[in-house]
Amino acid sequence: MNTLFDKIWDAHLVSEIENGPSQLYVDRLYVHEVTSAQAFEDLRKRNLSVFRPQQVICIPDHNVPTENQSVIKDDTSRIPIETLDRNAKDFGLIYFPIGHPKNGIIHVVGPENGYSLPGSVVVCGDSHTSTHGALGCVAFGIGTSEVEMVLATQCVLQTKPKTMRITVNGRLKEGVLAKDLALYIIAKMTTGGATGYFVEYAGEAVRSLSMEGRLTLCNLSIEMGARGGMIAPDEVTFAYLKGTENAPKGADWNAYVEKCKMLVSDDDAVFDKEVILDASEIEPRITYGTNPGMGLGITESIPKWSEILEKERASFQKAMDYMGFQPGDKMIGKPIDYVFLGSCTNGRIEDFRIFAQYVKGKKKAKNITAWLVPGSWNVVRQIKEEGLDVILADAGFEVREPSCSACLAMNEDKIPSGKYVISTSNRNFEGRQGMGSRTILASPLVAAAVAVTGVITDPRV
Amino acid sequence: MKQFINIESTMVPLAIENIDTDQIIPSRYLKKTTRGDFGQYLFRDWRFDGKEQEIPSFVLNDKKFGGSVLVVGKNFGCGSSREHAAWAVADYGFRVVISSFFADIFKNNAMNNGVLLVTVSEAFLHELFICVEKNPSSKVKIDLEKQTVTNMETGKSEMFDINSYKKECFLNGYDDIDYLLSKKKNIEEYERRREW
Repeated sequence: MNTLFDKIWDAHLVSEIENGPSQLYVDRLYVHEVTSAQAFEDLRKRNLSVFRPQQVICIPDHNVPTENQSVIKDDTSRIPIETLDRNAKDFGLIYFPIGHPKNGIIHVVGPENGYSLPGSVVVCGDSHTSTHGALGCVAFGIGTSEVEMVLATQCVLQTKPKTMRITVNGRLKEGVLAKDLALYIIAKMTTGGATGYFVEYAGEAVRSLSMEGRLTLCNLSIEMGARGGMIAPDEVTFAYLKGTENAPKGADWNAYVEKCKMLVSDDDAVFDKEVILDASEIEPRITYGTNPGMGLGITESIPKWSEILEKERASFQKAMDYMGFQPGDKMIGKPIDYVFLGSCTNGRIEDFRIFAQYVKGKKKAKNITAWLVPGSWNVVRQIKEEGLDVILADAGFEVREPSCSACLAMNEDKIPSGKYVISTSNRNFEGRQGMGSRTILASPLVAAAVAVTGVITDPRV
Repeated sequence: MKQFINIESTMVPLAIENIDTDQIIPSRYLKKTTRGDFGQYLFRDWRFDGKEQEIPSFVLNDKKFGGSVLVVGKNFGCGSSREHAAWAVADYGFRVVISSFFADIFKNNAMNNGVLLVTVSEAFLHELFICVEKNPSSKVKIDLEKQTVTNMETGKSEMFDINSYKKECFLNGYDDIDYLLSKKKNIEEYERRREW
């Protein structure tokens, strides 16, 4: 009568502190340049080595430029990457530096190379570590102090979260993608509605998603506050993982798949909270405010002032002022300046296929600056193999080099103040994509439609 | 970690809900590779305009308010896992943050840096905001040993939750890593029976 989450959590318990947190064993630690330097600094101060260096993978991704990335002109971006470079080498860790065929965004590279496997515990100093849960592992973001703990002991102290199952019945309609499903769920739950919970996604709509779609869905779990999100492994998972570099091979693979069959929530498993949703109600989604929970169906209008609860009016007004919108505004037809396709949310091959298929034979709108940033060099390779780069170039789009890029604007890719961007990334917080930038989150399909019309457009019409 | 026993202080009120870590510290200030000095970046884009001029209406720029306790709306610290957010709060001089609930990763980060997060009821929080707005010299008292928080203006108290392990860490100034390092034998023993 255990949930999938309980099974994996319990299998990784080293010890439990009475009336305190659990000591949890970590199978895989990913490390990037923004949240690790101080952890390595402390290890040196304490004269400690890394306990299990072969379970640690270092990949610079946040500060990496998307053009000519072998030369980083900005010192403030170059120094953290050089620091990671030195730390990875000094401590003998697995390392995919800039330009390496396996460089890219950690949450894209890890899954596509089989470094995050069903049944495992995966952590990284990054809240979007929830992505890896799509493969049937317990994956969650941690802080730098916790990165240090894992480096030093391969363990982390965590209070066990409560469990929630979100079941989405039925099938998503034509033109409605995993991103829309996630934005719909977050709007229903609100930006803090799953805080304290670990979420398992289930139901026909979730099962019908491709692996890329599942990674998108789990990626966004943190945007409703969840500690993580996960999906029980099935044939889709195994087909995705089989043959990847780090997945078990030959007879070991068959044994692994067999073992993974227990990675389901038992029929009589009890969740602390159950949410049941209907996929047929969902249309393409966009956000209108300054947190991912402030979202709408694309044909809907921003709530009227009278629809906002008294205690939420100050935050709502602040969001309206920042976005330059009025309560009651229709979203369709609003002019847009930038389109960003990429990030750990939507920087995978399927996202580029969807975007390319829509813009094929059309032309980029003149008022739009478009940044198309693949999530990894592997995605770049696939784009070229499938000829998507040619389709995109014919329509006036250029494919850049992999990085987290404009998702959080730590490299040069910053949306200018006051400009509107349709972004396939994960956060529409104030200033997230550059000081004063105004972010509207959407799927790659909506992004493609906006890229060719220059205004918010329903891709279904 | 700094030891924490109890505190009685004036408060800095910020009655906004869902304050994300990008607001607590914008991403362009995450590039430093050493600890310390993150306090200057706390709420940077709410404190200063695009020309680096102070925005007088923002509470941290309002001389009326001060103290080592920050009081904020619910779901404080949502978003990114950047521990820099907790460092910014700590380096600025806050020892306690009071709200009706906190985002999970921020909670761990703050508590790992000696910033005590005190979760109170919506009603208690609301009353704190009212008191401090009316009288900026209102004080709040936090007694960790007894796990109580008291609005000194009204005399009303509430109990707050903290697990006894973390409470010991705060009272004695212990870090989690010290505990884990003392458990190396358990870890090696676990690795021998590891199933996944």
